[in-house]
Amino acid sequence: MISDGVEDEEKWLTAGIAGLQQNAFYMHRALDSNNLRDALKYSAQMLSELRTSRLSPHKYYELYMRSFDELRKLEMFFKEEARRGCSIIDLYELVQHAGNILPRLYLLCTVGSVYIKSKEAPAKDVLKDLVEMCRGIQHPVRGLFLRSYLSQVSRDKLPDIGSEYEGDADTVIDAVEFVLQNFTEMNKLWVRMQHQGPAREKEKREKERSELRDLVGKNLHVLSQIEGVDLDMYKDTVLPRVLEQVVNCKDELAQHYLMDCIIQVFPDEYHLQTLDVLLSACPQLQPSVDIKTVLSQLMERLSNYAASSAEVLPEFLQVEAFSKLSNAIGKVIEAHVDMPTIGVVTLYSSLLTFTLHVHPDRLDYADLVLGACVKKLSGKGKIEDSKATKQIVALLSAPLEKYNDIVTALKLSNYPRVMEYLDTETNKVMATVIIQSIMKNKTCIETEDKVEALFELVKGLIKDLEGNHQDEIDEDDFKEEQNSFARLIQMLYNEDPEEMFKIICTVRKHILTGGPKRLPFTIPSLIFSCLKLVRQLQGQDENPFGNETSTTPKKIFQLLNQTIEALSSVPAPELSLRLYLQCAEAANDCDLEPVAYEFFTQAYILYEEEISDSKAQVTAIHLIIGTLQRMHVFGVENRDTLTHKATGYSAKLLKKSDQCRAVYACSHLFWVDDQENMKDGERVLLCLKRALRIANAAQQMANAARGNTGSVTLFVEILNKYLYFFEKGNPQITVSTIQGLIELITTEMQSDTTTPDPAADAFFASTLRYIQFQKQKGGAISEKYEPIKV
Amino acid sequence: MDFLVGAFKPPCNVSISFVDTKTRKQVPLKKDNGQTIMVPLFQSQENIIGEVLIEPTQGKKFEHNGVKIELLGQIVVLVIGGLSHYTWPDSILASSVLFSSVAELYFDRGNFYDFTSLVRELDVPGELFERKTYQFEFSTVEMPHESYNGINVRLRYILKVTIGRNYISNIVECQDFVVRNFTPPPSINNSIKMEVGIEDCLHIEFEYGKSKYHLKDVIIGKIYFLLVRIKIKNMELEIRRRESTGSGPNTYVETETLAKFELMDGAPVRGESIPVRLFLSPYELTPTYRNINNKFSVKYYLNLVFVDEEDRRYFKQQEITVYRLLES
Repeated sequence: MISDGVEDEEKWLTAGIAGLQQNAFYMHRALDSNNLRDALKYSAQMLSELRTSRLSPHKYYELYMRSFDELRKLEMFFKEEARRGCSIIDLYELVQHAGNILPRLYLLCTVGSVYIKSKEAPAKDVLKDLVEMCRGIQHPVRGLFLRSYLSQVSRDKLPDIGSEYEGDADTVIDAVEFVLQNFTEMNKLWVRMQHQGPAREKEKREKERSELRDLVGKNLHVLSQIEGVDLDMYKDTVLPRVLEQVVNCKDELAQHYLMDCIIQVFPDEYHLQTLDVLLSACPQLQPSVDIKTVLSQLMERLSNYAASSAEVLPEFLQVEAFSKLSNAIGKVIEAHVDMPTIGVVTLYSSLLTFTLHVHPDRLDYADLVLGACVKKLSGKGKIEDSKATKQIVALLSAPLEKYNDIVTALKLSNYPRVMEYLDTETNKVMATVIIQSIMKNKTCIETEDKVEALFELVKGLIKDLEGNHQDEIDEDDFKEEQNSFARLIQMLYNEDPEEMFKIICTVRKHILTGGPKRLPFTIPSLIFSCLKLVRQLQGQDENPFGNETSTTPKKIFQLLNQTIEALSSVPAPELSLRLYLQCAEAANDCDLEPVAYEFFTQAYILYEEEISDSKAQVTAIHLIIGTLQRMHVFGVENRDTLTHKATGYSAKLLKKSDQCRAVYACSHLFWVDDQENMKDGERVLLCLKRALRIANAAQQMANAARGNTGSVTLFVEILNKYLYFFEKGNPQITVSTIQGLIELITTEMQSDTTTPDPAADAFFASTLRYIQFQKQKGGAISEKYEPIKV
Repeated sequence: MDFLVGAFKPPCNVSISFVDTKTRKQVPLKKDNGQTIMVPLFQSQENIIGEVLIEPTQGKKFEHNGVKIELLGQIVVLVIGGLSHYTWPDSILASSVLFSSVAELYFDRGNFYDFTSLVRELDVPGELFERKTYQFEFSTVEMPHESYNGINVRLRYILKVTIGRNYISNIVECQDFVVRNFTPPPSINNSIKMEVGIEDCLHIEFEYGKSKYHLKDVIIGKIYFLLVRIKIKNMELEIRRRESTGSGPNTYVETETLAKFELMDGAPVRGESIPVRLFLSPYELTPTYRNINNKFSVKYYLNLVFVDEEDRRYFKQQEITVYRLLES
């Protein structure tokens, strides 16, 4: 038996090449001396090397190529002989005297080629004879190479339309017949290969077979190159014959390859016009054939064809391409009961792409495809295969990409039903894709029901779905997805307040189901969406008829209050506080004092009860002060209460420096620049003095604890506050207080116990520079500053 | 020296020539010594006309008992006591004296037949002084059998000149010629078609277009595989020649394979049909000879051979008739 050794094979190849070269040498000598008899003898001997069974197709090919080159020389010689008057018919007989069939047939093909060229006989007769005689080689590899040689030498001699070999007796149909026959025989040999040899080498053989496939496929390429193969001939002869062979060969590898070949080599227009024929072959293929790839290829090609030009679209309609493809897919899936989910999804995904390209206006088609897909998926539960999942994502992304508009996709009733089959993770991915699409295209979702539909699609982000294991989720991923969902909320917008309010209610309803982890992301987004509506309404007059159902800021504020309250379950007091303050400010702008007061109250409660961290307190108190400062809606009493509380909180901060800063910030609560009734210079000074006291205390504490008084920064900051109010015309702030403060700072800075602090020095220096600048500026300000000495 | 040489030399030179030597077709004939010579070609019922030239050597006269020329058609069967493949000694027929002695020695069954024997007396007994030519003519000679050069049998035609002498051996000179007879195409020429097989192993149907072929003919046919259960490596078509001599229990048969022609490489599957096209011209065939003068027959067979992967051979043999086509 033949050993598997690669080395041995190499040896045999070398020996084969040597034998071939030797005989080629003698053949050349015979050719040079015009010795026909010897030329035939040595060429036959040379070709005998191709009789070997020991080489793999790969190595055999090498030998074949060398023989091929030599045969070209022989063919030239035959041409010369014919020109010198040697009868080509005699030559055609003479080569058939060779006793071994393989060399004989190679020689016959070579002479046959010259014979056709001589036109002494109709091309079709010679071709028919050659293709018939080649039946003598039943060995797959040798037969395939011989027939591929035949195909090669005859390619330019087919009686095609417009070819010089076309004549009364020779028509393109003869050319087609010839190629079809050669194709059929080659495919039979190729398919047969798998059954020959021991079973244990099956894998190796399959590999070898696939190396040889292009020899077979080449014939289809030749067919596609024949000018005379027009649509009619393709439809009536070529395609049925090729498909007959494909179906009948019952071989997985061949069927897949050849279907693919057909789709690739023939024009799209032909495919479109012969769609039923091509598709009807699909369910007849072997169950193991990867039909989904084949059909996907076809649909992809047709999609591209449709995309190439609008002019071809009517063709698609005329042949009802969609319904044909759709039916075919249905049949294929039915025929292949155990087709994996990925196959099913891939098919529908391709079909969807196709219909989106060809029938962009037929949304119902797209929905039909999705519906069919759902039907096939039903009963299979969640899809576990990651590849299949990917395909579903592709399937669902297709309409988004095509329409660039989620609103269109929302009309697809089957869209969310398909999503049902995705696992939680992928569902989220898909949701993110949808959101990204909306963001990219700045699509506005304008109605409540669309929002409902959309939320149905992205519900994976809104709440925990069943079977979801929180602990497995990556924190960053979670933030990412929630942020993107928060952004989505901003895209839900309608100019009409009534509708907008409905949208808000819907959103609220959904996000409140999201659980404590999501609320901190979603609620702020919703709050700001509401506030936007409030701002829109605030300019308008209240509905004079007091319609119960109409949307009023009051109503919205109620909703806001309740919404923020939901955050308490998280809990997220700092966030809630910020939101309350935002709302308070909006209520202020709407002149709703009680509402604003209520928001402040909520904020204060949070501050007192929930915010215990010092740093958080500092931040919170500054926010409170800042917001409160801008409120103008409050009456004296309310305002007093709130300011009093705020200053109280400030003085109770833990760190002295924080106390100091909060307290001097409070000074602004008593001095609102654009409101005449809000200028209480005395209390401003009180605050500042108190701040100074605290700063002093801070220094003493530092001295006691660490042995130095620390920086003078706080004093410089307070100085700046003094200057501010001085400039603003607070009568309580006098030149002498400022002067005193400057001196104090200067003394402090020179004190031994003060820690050198370059930043503080620079701050102070630039403050002094500012005073200097104001002095020299001229005008009223300069006069005011004049007395201050620096 | 001259005297000595003269004593063993024949007293005259004899040569035979044909009147139409220049125009008549010459064909090669393989002599017993292995040499090939060119000899004239005749067919049955032709006139054989020529002349005999006798030239006494050294200008001497010599006496003779008369001169005659014979036209002989001979069948020589070379079967000696069951010994076949006997190689003929050189010039076994060079002289009748030698021949008769050899015949006694080797041809103990007397396998040497003249089926045609015609005689023309050329001269009455007398003396010959100088060169002399004699015209001869055999008109419309019946030569029904073709010249044949086989393994155990040979059919030949010769012209034999005998100068009879007293007390000493006759002077004999022979001239070979070849006879070939042509036949018109047969009026009935059926195809050979047959289904054969080995049960559950191999069933085939073969068809050869004709049963009768002329020498430059081409065998066209096809082999159709109905069932293939053995691993066939290849298929060949052989042309075999079967030469039988003698009759009854003393029949000797020689079979030669003249052609081995590969028809198929590799193993076919059921339903395959393999074409046959075999040109006969490259092979040295003769027409089929059936029971020539009750002495011998030459028959041709097509032998279809299958070789399997273990080199076992399966075959089916069919007789064909070969004829020499009357060339127009």
